[in-house]
Amino acid sequence: MAVTILIPTPLRPFVDGRGVLQLEATTVGELLERLTAEHDALRPHLFAGDGRLRSFVNVYVNDRDIRQLSQKETPVQPGDTVSIVPSIAGGTAVAAELPKLSHEEILRYSRHLILPDVGTAGQRKLKGARVLLVGAGGLGSPAALYLAAAGVGTLGLVDFDVVDKTNLQRQILHGTSKIGTSKLESAKERLHDINPNVRIETFETRLNSENALDIIREFDVVADGTDNFPTRYLVNDACVLLGKPNVYGSIFRFEGQASVFYAKEGPCYRCLYAEPPPPGLVPSCAEGGVLGVLPGIIGSIQAMETIKLILGRGETLIGRLLLFDALRLKFRELKLERDPDCPVCGRKPTITSLIDYEAFCGVGSEPAYDGAEVTALDLKEELDAGKPIVLVDVREPHEYEIVNIDGARLIPLGDLPERLRELDDHAEIVTHCHHGARSLKALEILRAAGFAKVRSLKGGIDAWAVNIDPGMARY
Amino acid sequence: MTLVLEPRHRDAMRRHGEADYPREACGLIGGTAEDGRKIAVSLVPLRNARTDALRTRYLIDPDAFRRAQDTLERDGLEVIGVYHSHPDHPPVPSAFDREHAWPWLSYVIVEVRGGRAGEHKSWVLADDRGAFGEETIWQSRS
Repeated sequence: MAVTILIPTPLRPFVDGRGVLQLEATTVGELLERLTAEHDALRPHLFAGDGRLRSFVNVYVNDRDIRQLSQKETPVQPGDTVSIVPSIAGGTAVAAELPKLSHEEILRYSRHLILPDVGTAGQRKLKGARVLLVGAGGLGSPAALYLAAAGVGTLGLVDFDVVDKTNLQRQILHGTSKIGTSKLESAKERLHDINPNVRIETFETRLNSENALDIIREFDVVADGTDNFPTRYLVNDACVLLGKPNVYGSIFRFEGQASVFYAKEGPCYRCLYAEPPPPGLVPSCAEGGVLGVLPGIIGSIQAMETIKLILGRGETLIGRLLLFDALRLKFRELKLERDPDCPVCGRKPTITSLIDYEAFCGVGSEPAYDGAEVTALDLKEELDAGKPIVLVDVREPHEYEIVNIDGARLIPLGDLPERLRELDDHAEIVTHCHHGARSLKALEILRAAGFAKVRSLKGGIDAWAVNIDPGMARY
Repeated sequence: MTLVLEPRHRDAMRRHGEADYPREACGLIGGTAEDGRKIAVSLVPLRNARTDALRTRYLIDPDAFRRAQDTLERDGLEVIGVYHSHPDHPPVPSAFDREHAWPWLSYVIVEVRGGRAGEHKSWVLADDRGAFGEETIWQSRS
């Protein structure tokens, strides 16, 4: 009479589908040896590489676990029943399970691996990390290039723009051949060329209150390279709500700022700026200009801070705001404190879910300019018809020098309040600027001063160049 | 293989994952296997037997497995799979899942984010233990 072996369902496919087998043996070890000799495919499921029974394989003789008996030496007799019983274990990936490096990666990252503060352990952390870059523009370009080169395993990119010629002066992720294609496609190609080991996840969308939590949740660190206040507050609040570090950077003309906002360990962006500035007060790069190298410096600082956060090394910019002045080439630092009354990360937060950030930042609440704007085509028609129109260019003199419309009078917006008397308040006036934003402010100033017949050129001189005078340079 | 689940099974797994959040929830799936399909009939929710790392690990000990198996067998069913939750992680098996997995069984993972159940997926270990492959879940009507 033989020993009966009960096979659990998951192993039955390896023993011709049977649940019960009979074998002759004197010990459990011998029995399992015979079993796997007859059914070789069963072996890897019962035994680890070193020949020991796998930890999740339990063997019972009659009703007793062999761990309480003599393990594999436990004797068996004819008539005994031996059961193989699974214990089931598993779980989510934890730090101990960082991805391994291939030979190619070891060579590629050798300059990191020989750094004591990175080493193999740090490089594996980078490989296991997921970093989200909001914006693939001026700041996102150097950040993405360096993070990909450094071997961050997964880079998420959020952008919805296409590459435009005016981007190329600073957005070094994109090249001339990519003008007109989506920034994400362009970025993906470039980053894969730098490091094919990096997984690129793209989100071709504008980050908003509906999608931000779902997108950011999947990442370990967020690098904010946005150029507008609604998105900046959105990224901040989403990071606070999800407990993620937000590596912040911003640039304007020759000045930049960087910090790490991480509510778990320090202040958030709202602790620094509880409220956004009134719309229009802080000009964007498109309005105010920016030196192309500046985002290179600030974006690289963001990449550096991101890597330090992943490695858990060094002192990050948590609790510090770094100010950079490129013209004087000076770095300054402000100490930031957590605001206990901060509406999102304070003791009694009033913001516990994402809000409408456009409304919060006053976007869309500007006065309506119905009928106050004139298109380039209509303006041209009126001028051609001989209508006496005074064209006032409210840009800066250096912009006027780049290109201007024949006959336009230059009165920079900042000088306008003091130079009102140069204009006839009965005249038909059309203000214009680069893209049509400053000229609306000029229009408000003029109307408030009693000028009745004022309109603003929609789309500015750029619209004029596109629609009326293709020979005109665009900038 | 395809795993056939009824909406009530899916809902019960999701609820279990939400109830035990931020700990990992786990249980067994009882059913029948035929013609390349595993058909779920009943779930056996189990207590996570881990005493540590409850947020990132689960364990169904052999006694619990045997008891569940005996109960299922009385109804003519067998253990066809295991379900567990991944609190704040995607429903993708970890290396730890793979190292500890049994072949043939369906491993259904339910993602639970911030206490709310999200996506679920089913995985089967390759016979050479080299990888987990995603398994089709077929949603039956009843």
